[in-house]
Amino acid sequence: MLDAVFFYTFALMTLTGAVLTITRKSAVHSAIWLIVSLLGVAGLYLLQQAEFLFAVQIVLYIGGIMVLFLFVIMLVNLDEAAKQRQFNNQRWIALGCAVIVGAEILYVLAKGTASLSLPAPAAAPAAGGNTEQIAVSLFRDYLLPFEAASLLLLAAIVGSVIMAKRRA
Amino acid sequence: MNFFILSLIKAGIVAFVLMTTLAYLQWIERKVIAHIQLRVGPRRVGPHGLLQPLADVIKLLTKEDMIPSHVHTLFYLLAPFLAVMFALISIAVIPFGGKVNILGVETYMQLTDLNFGVLFILAMSGVGVYGVALAGWSSNNKYSLLGGLRSSAQMISYELPMALAIACPLLMVNSLSLREIVDAQGGFFLGVIPRWAVFQGPWPQLLGFLVFLIAAFAETNRVPFDLPEAENELVAGFHTEYSSMKFASFFMAEYANMVTVSCMATLLFLGGWQPLFPAEYGSKFIPTLLFAFSGAIAIYHGLNPARKWDNITLPAAGVAFLGVALIFLIPIVAEILLPLFWFAAKVGVILFLFIWIRGTLPRFRYDQLMRFAWTILFPVAMVNLLITAFLVAVTTK
Repeated sequence: MLDAVFFYTFALMTLTGAVLTITRKSAVHSAIWLIVSLLGVAGLYLLQQAEFLFAVQIVLYIGGIMVLFLFVIMLVNLDEAAKQRQFNNQRWIALGCAVIVGAEILYVLAKGTASLSLPAPAAAPAAGGNTEQIAVSLFRDYLLPFEAASLLLLAAIVGSVIMAKRRA
Repeated sequence: MNFFILSLIKAGIVAFVLMTTLAYLQWIERKVIAHIQLRVGPRRVGPHGLLQPLADVIKLLTKEDMIPSHVHTLFYLLAPFLAVMFALISIAVIPFGGKVNILGVETYMQLTDLNFGVLFILAMSGVGVYGVALAGWSSNNKYSLLGGLRSSAQMISYELPMALAIACPLLMVNSLSLREIVDAQGGFFLGVIPRWAVFQGPWPQLLGFLVFLIAAFAETNRVPFDLPEAENELVAGFHTEYSSMKFASFFMAEYANMVTVSCMATLLFLGGWQPLFPAEYGSKFIPTLLFAFSGAIAIYHGLNPARKWDNITLPAAGVAFLGVALIFLIPIVAEILLPLFWFAAKVGVILFLFIWIRGTLPRFRYDQLMRFAWTILFPVAMVNLLITAFLVAVTTK
């Protein structure tokens, strides 16, 4: 019962945040709604007892990346941009397209309900916390892909620094 | 006992103690700074200015709460709440002592023991940036904006060396639960040297502790890293446009952050509530001696009063201190109070260090601050982490 209440709260947070992120005119408001959305996702992680993911979601995405986003948005004066019209006049065409696509999806779903089978929920994890399990899968089971990904990221960082220096 | 009732009682006690600490920390800071600068500090309200925090709170609560017309109202009002909320929430996972048995109720001296307590505190301090950043932006004022930006850049930069420094004791203990970390630091080498992380093998974390402390000063926006509120450049930085209780909220958040990082330093590096030396050598009499000594000094000065009223207030304080000293001699009570004493003493020393440094050091320049974080503190923390990880890997099994 309590789980359901929390689930719907966090799900609502995530979805409302996501919708408002793309509909707000002011960039700062958009960024803040994105933060709300990310917080909702973090809550969903916690509900699934993935406490490490919860903490990392908050430390990295909310405490790191989104602060940088806000930082840039606040430095650049976007008030002028906010006053301009960001939505063009094709809303009726867009609405029509959306309705058609939605009907299409509903039709396909209705056709294929027979083959639509959701997998059974995964068994509860064995003893040992979420942090340990993530460590085992990252550093033991998938060590090579993990290191390859970190090399790629390093290359991206070095590349961006070089590009920034060249322009200056 | 019912879980909810127990939690409510504990939350009430913790909240009361924390709020009192925050109020009086400010009094202590004013007194210590005053004495460093050869002044006497507040002493008008109550004996030796002891009621000054109360007077300040009344003043701040009754002041006119004005909202400037040029601000983004929603975020302007939200920012102080965010700042103070995320500063206070961390205290929920901090343990103050081991298991206690009060009138048959067994409980831990902690609100809740999360198995990722360290990460939780890091996360909350990360979100705390928004209070300052939003305050700076929503005030719609150049000085505030610059203060808010400085603060967020500074906090992001210093979070890195801080996290790297925190990782070292975690590696040695192999746990993220704050209570398990403290438990692993119990006991003594050679019977005398405490097994705190700063002294513990395979790689004593002296360097890590230093990096953590420096980063903590920057994270809490304290001198010498108080660039966000450098008054000669930015008026009052991000809280320029705030008045009354909203201003006080930022103040409270700063002090709560100070308390949190001091608790973190104590728990991670200084062995939490573990005593400085073994009980066989009389470590359990330290609080008694300390309180008796302070009581004696107070009574001595009361008998030779330097100012009016000193002959009443100082002996009263002295008798109170002697009473506390006697309480520590009762075995049943002492068992509960001793861990609390050691914990509070270590946190107190670090808080005093905060104030002491404020009275001693001038402020950095902003580019110096950033260069220091990225070219000195970060590499040092990285090397420290690598050495610790290597030695831990070599010595386990």
